[in-house]
Amino acid sequence: MLELKNINYSIKGGSRKILDLVSLKVNSGDFVVITGPNGSGKSTLAQIIIGIKNPTSGQIIYNDTDITNLSITERAKKGIAFSFQQPVKFKGIKVCDLLNIASGAMMEKDEAGKYLEKVGLNPEQYLTREVNDKLSGGELKRIEIATVLARNAEILIFDEPEAGIDLWSFENLTKVFKKLKAEKKTILVISHQERILKIADKIIVLEAGKIKTHGSPEKILPQITGVNHETD
Amino acid sequence: MKLTDEERQIFCEILAESDVSRESGAWQGEDERASPVADRPLGRGRPAGSTGASDAARETSSQLIPEGAYNFRVNGKSVGRKSTKNINVVPKEGGKGLDIYIKKDTKNEAVHIPVAISATGLKEVVYNDFHIEENVEATIIAGCGIYNCGPEDSVHDGIHRFYVGKNSKIKYIERHYGFGPGRGGKILNPVTEVYLEDGATAELEMEQIKGVDSTIRKTTATAKNNAKIFVKERLMTHGRQAAESIYEVELDGKNSVADIASRSVAQDLSKQTFRATIIGNNICRGHSECDAILMDQAEVHAIPALDAKTKDAELIHEAAIGKIAGDQLTKLMTLGLTRQQAESKIINGFLR
Repeated sequence: MLELKNINYSIKGGSRKILDLVSLKVNSGDFVVITGPNGSGKSTLAQIIIGIKNPTSGQIIYNDTDITNLSITERAKKGIAFSFQQPVKFKGIKVCDLLNIASGAMMEKDEAGKYLEKVGLNPEQYLTREVNDKLSGGELKRIEIATVLARNAEILIFDEPEAGIDLWSFENLTKVFKKLKAEKKTILVISHQERILKIADKIIVLEAGKIKTHGSPEKILPQITGVNHETD
Repeated sequence: MKLTDEERQIFCEILAESDVSRESGAWQGEDERASPVADRPLGRGRPAGSTGASDAARETSSQLIPEGAYNFRVNGKSVGRKSTKNINVVPKEGGKGLDIYIKKDTKNEAVHIPVAISATGLKEVVYNDFHIEENVEATIIAGCGIYNCGPEDSVHDGIHRFYVGKNSKIKYIERHYGFGPGRGGKILNPVTEVYLEDGATAELEMEQIKGVDSTIRKTTATAKNNAKIFVKERLMTHGRQAAESIYEVELDGKNSVADIASRSVAQDLSKQTFRATIIGNNICRGHSECDAILMDQAEVHAIPALDAKTKDAELIHEAAIGKIAGDQLTKLMTLGLTRQQAESKIINGFLR
């Protein structure tokens, strides 16, 4: 479904390499988690897949098509959805507006509300609220995830979905991911969270812009944490 | 009423449903139901029940007539007027405007006084005085549209004075609109004066989002004890348009309140100036906010002033001017919108 071939990404005129020959594959129905230390290039990689950043070299193949030079919009229309690490705030745009844009149709109230319920928000309280700084970080994060779910995309990419949310929200978030996995959705998550890593079919460890290792949670988690784990 | 298509279109723009009516019964914007990415024109467009801007021009006159009292003015003359039991619309001598009397204890009534100018080169100054007695709750919808197809400037200077009685609450909606292929300017200079008695409240919605070449809008208010004034301005300029908004509010009374919130978008080579002065003469609260999106080579100048004449006056000013945030565009593009659609969505939301 999604294949990255020898992705390089440099800044400062090539003097600083952020990603160094990264290649990986995500097959349909896979739940893949990319993890690694801060600054290892995880978020940059996610942004390259959605088109926010362009690789210095390398190829992105999606459903047998080279999408390396496609715009963000074109990639979104091909079925790639992306959840931002820092949710974006707007003045005047309501939650229902974002959900409608995401779904590509004017949904009935109940239909739009279902996406909020999936992330633990009460539709009556949130649909008509503006996506602005009157919402807490946790609320914004859940709305961000709801918009990604409303895309009904082929592949869902989440950049540190756990960032900025409270424990209760995180508990809910893991349930969302388990449900998506059960539905055989194709998921790529950037995460540090052990509980999300444990849901994965495959974990990729990125370090200093290179893939250090990859494999099942049973294989990778002991290497990261030093203890054996039972996966969910 | 016998109206041209352009005059009907103007009235449709001015009499389009207010934000309040749209939001009260709808969970999403009425004007955006047709498409989730509707690049709707930035004009409000249509009254309730109408099917679109082009259809709006074909509305029959009877469909335009609002409920309640009204006066329709076209090219300097009244073409339709009605008073009700509680609202008396009286013309001033020489067609120079109206005196509108709203009786004590009137509730949930409205008066519409739209103005259309379709004669190129027409210049008029109109005085409309609102005499609002005690314990009234009423909505006043006004505004002016200019269709100019000729070489000369058309100008409407509307001076509206509101004398709001004790404990009365008024909502005043004013919309300005211009269009037409002529070289002549479409110029509107509204003056609004609000005098609030004890416990009175005025909510002002000032909207100008299409086609007006030059505007100097001056709004002044004085508030006595427990009186409140809320102003919501929505402004969009493009081309070489110029717009200046001047607000001066004197909070004279104990526990009086003022909140002035302006949101504007300046495109192309247009220029905007926002001046807001709040004077606190008593125990009071005042807040003014200028929030502007700047595009192309446009300019926005925000000149706030707070004048606290007692230590018990709590006055705040906020201003934010900048381009559309890149992360907002990116987010909407990840949801499938093109850059243009995303810009349009952000601007429409901002000016909502």
